[in-house]
Amino acid sequence: MAAPAERPTGADELKFRDPARARALADAIGRMVEQIGRAPVTVMHVCGSHEQAIAKFGLRHTFPDGLDVIMGPGCPVCVTDLPEVDEAVVLAEDGVRVVTYGDMLRVPGTVRSLAEVQSMGGKVDVVYSAAQAVDIAGGTDEEVVFFASGFETTAVATAAIAVANPPANFSILSAHKYIPPVMEIVAEMPDTRIEGFLAAGHAATITGWGIFERFVERHGIPVVVAGFEPLDILAGIAQLVELVRDGRRAVVNAFPRCVTREGNRIAQQELWRVFRTTGGNWRGIAHVPNGNLRLRDEFAHLDARRRFRIDLKRLWTQAPAALTQLCMCGDIMAGVSSPEKCALFGKECVPDAPVGACMVSSEGTCRIWHQYGGHPRL
Amino acid sequence: MTRAAADEAGRGHSGRRDPAIVMKHGAGGRAMRRLIQETLTRGFVDVAVDGYGIAAMDDGAALRLGDRWLIVTTDSHVVQPAFFPGGDIGRLAVAGTVNDLAMMGATEPMGLTCALIVEEGFTFSDLERVQQSMVDTCREAGTTVVTGDTKVMGRGELDGVVINTTGVAIANTLVRDSGLAVGDRIVVTGNVGDHGMALMAHRHHLAIDAELYSDVAPINRMIRDALAARPGAVSAMKDPTRGGLSSALHEMAEKANVGMQIREELVPVNPVVRAVAEMLGLDPMHVANEGKAVLGVRGGDAAVQAVLAALRRHPAGANAAVVGECVATRPGDVVLDTGLGKRLLSEYEGELLPRIC
Repeated sequence: MAAPAERPTGADELKFRDPARARALADAIGRMVEQIGRAPVTVMHVCGSHEQAIAKFGLRHTFPDGLDVIMGPGCPVCVTDLPEVDEAVVLAEDGVRVVTYGDMLRVPGTVRSLAEVQSMGGKVDVVYSAAQAVDIAGGTDEEVVFFASGFETTAVATAAIAVANPPANFSILSAHKYIPPVMEIVAEMPDTRIEGFLAAGHAATITGWGIFERFVERHGIPVVVAGFEPLDILAGIAQLVELVRDGRRAVVNAFPRCVTREGNRIAQQELWRVFRTTGGNWRGIAHVPNGNLRLRDEFAHLDARRRFRIDLKRLWTQAPAALTQLCMCGDIMAGVSSPEKCALFGKECVPDAPVGACMVSSEGTCRIWHQYGGHPRL
Repeated sequence: MTRAAADEAGRGHSGRRDPAIVMKHGAGGRAMRRLIQETLTRGFVDVAVDGYGIAAMDDGAALRLGDRWLIVTTDSHVVQPAFFPGGDIGRLAVAGTVNDLAMMGATEPMGLTCALIVEEGFTFSDLERVQQSMVDTCREAGTTVVTGDTKVMGRGELDGVVINTTGVAIANTLVRDSGLAVGDRIVVTGNVGDHGMALMAHRHHLAIDAELYSDVAPINRMIRDALAARPGAVSAMKDPTRGGLSSALHEMAEKANVGMQIREELVPVNPVVRAVAEMLGLDPMHVANEGKAVLGVRGGDAAVQAVLAALRRHPAGANAAVVGECVATRPGDVVLDTGLGKRLLSEYEGELLPRIC
């Protein structure tokens, strides 16, 4: 089964939101889960945009009881490690202008967030694109550091500005992450029981779906690449459940209108020309070998970590907030728990006063569940 | 900022309390209701009122006058910019208060007061435009300004102009926002999200082909006809201003302790508003309206059709529609059927856009 082939014919007629097709797909998923004959069947998606669509359109309500669709580490902001936030905090405290995406502002660091530095007079600006970060540097003589976050999709945009000779006062503090390695980690975690992965269509547009072939070989878990309209997701899950039912270990591209096997070669070349992978901690999850994207030596002149001496020890004389110890973001992102099982969710931890990063970003599971009311039995 | 917001909720990381007001306290959602309930009404709610005072948290007060009701309501208007597509602060100041009266069943305003606070430097020509707009809007609503006050403040002490209006009217039959019961149908009088989205597109210079216009208008005459169409059929009313349709539905469901089932496909939305909202990651049901009402209607299909027909005879009610009904399950909750699934309708916590009305 592939995604429905029709293209939308107009703004009012989004075929990818057709209720009748959605019901047919939901019924098919229900039948296949029944055929599998055990519960729960557990699949994981690794993308905040997938969770957004699932929550916004109330899709979980249509999933059978025997199917768990859980969100994995699919929010780049959420997996940004405390020391990475701390680096940006120290730079801003030292008077450097730090520019970053809006979601990064309120991500708690060990002792404070960038938003708190900003309220204390630190120079912190929000940008909507990497290019805008360069524009800010172009308009000033002061040092401007772009605190860059996001998965390989967003990293391509950072790479594009790195190769385009940005101004001399511009540098990059990369917190970019690379998704494929963390899928391996989650697949091997003893507590997870992931039987299939729904991979993010936009990332695969860059990397190509072929990148998952080795993963499937190595872990014996099927992968389906899916888009973001409700029918894309339902079709992707139906495909995934079918692979689980049939015991097939394969990669299936359920987003063929955007994703090819090879992906966007030019973007990949640019990405790997600027970045290399290195191991690092993903917040709350684990040390992920090859999970971080850092600037290559050829771009050392743009690397804020080399341009500035960032003294983190100065911050670490203060203890982190006590509530942080209770935060379950890591377990939630690893798929072994869910927001409603967290004692802080919706109480001490709300979007205005987040304890964990999952409540900060619009891509974070907790934030999405808080916004759309989780998925109670309706 | 974050710390203040955290402590407002009494649940900051540190447990400290910081009494500062943040913008979301004016946004029409839960934060504003908490502010009013927990702070602004203290000391007033305990005093007996013959009728419904501030404790009812309705669109205005209803004071008993024999077997009728004197309705009083007041509203300050701070929209930025003062002139926006489809309206201006003068029209808003009249329509906002007239509509609040109408939401309680008082559709013939006896008069309005107008307090004008102007910043030094605000031009005479702009002030005249605002004033003329108030005159025109009063005429539409069948009322006038009967008393007023003017203050001028120094440059930078406020932004342009602030207008407060108070309205008084008599209601023979009181309609409250808490009157829903299980089985009542929910009617929305037209497209939702127009006002907030027009301001958003205007302020952010969104490059869209079609111009978006605020729906700001007095709707008291339309409401008068809807109430008269089938006396007793309208069980509750509320105007979905800040916080949008979502906030109005939540408040009505909570006050009446009924559940609500809303079908998203039935909610009238201008396709351009829908497209822009989607682009910005917003839900039109969270976006403010200034010429719309939510009605609870009981008495079966005939009553609903009679009320709908009365609404649709007015241009502002041309797209009036039944969007859902009140149910016994999940009292206080609003369940949204998206056509593809179901979820709880969310209420926006923070603020989509400051200073829109």
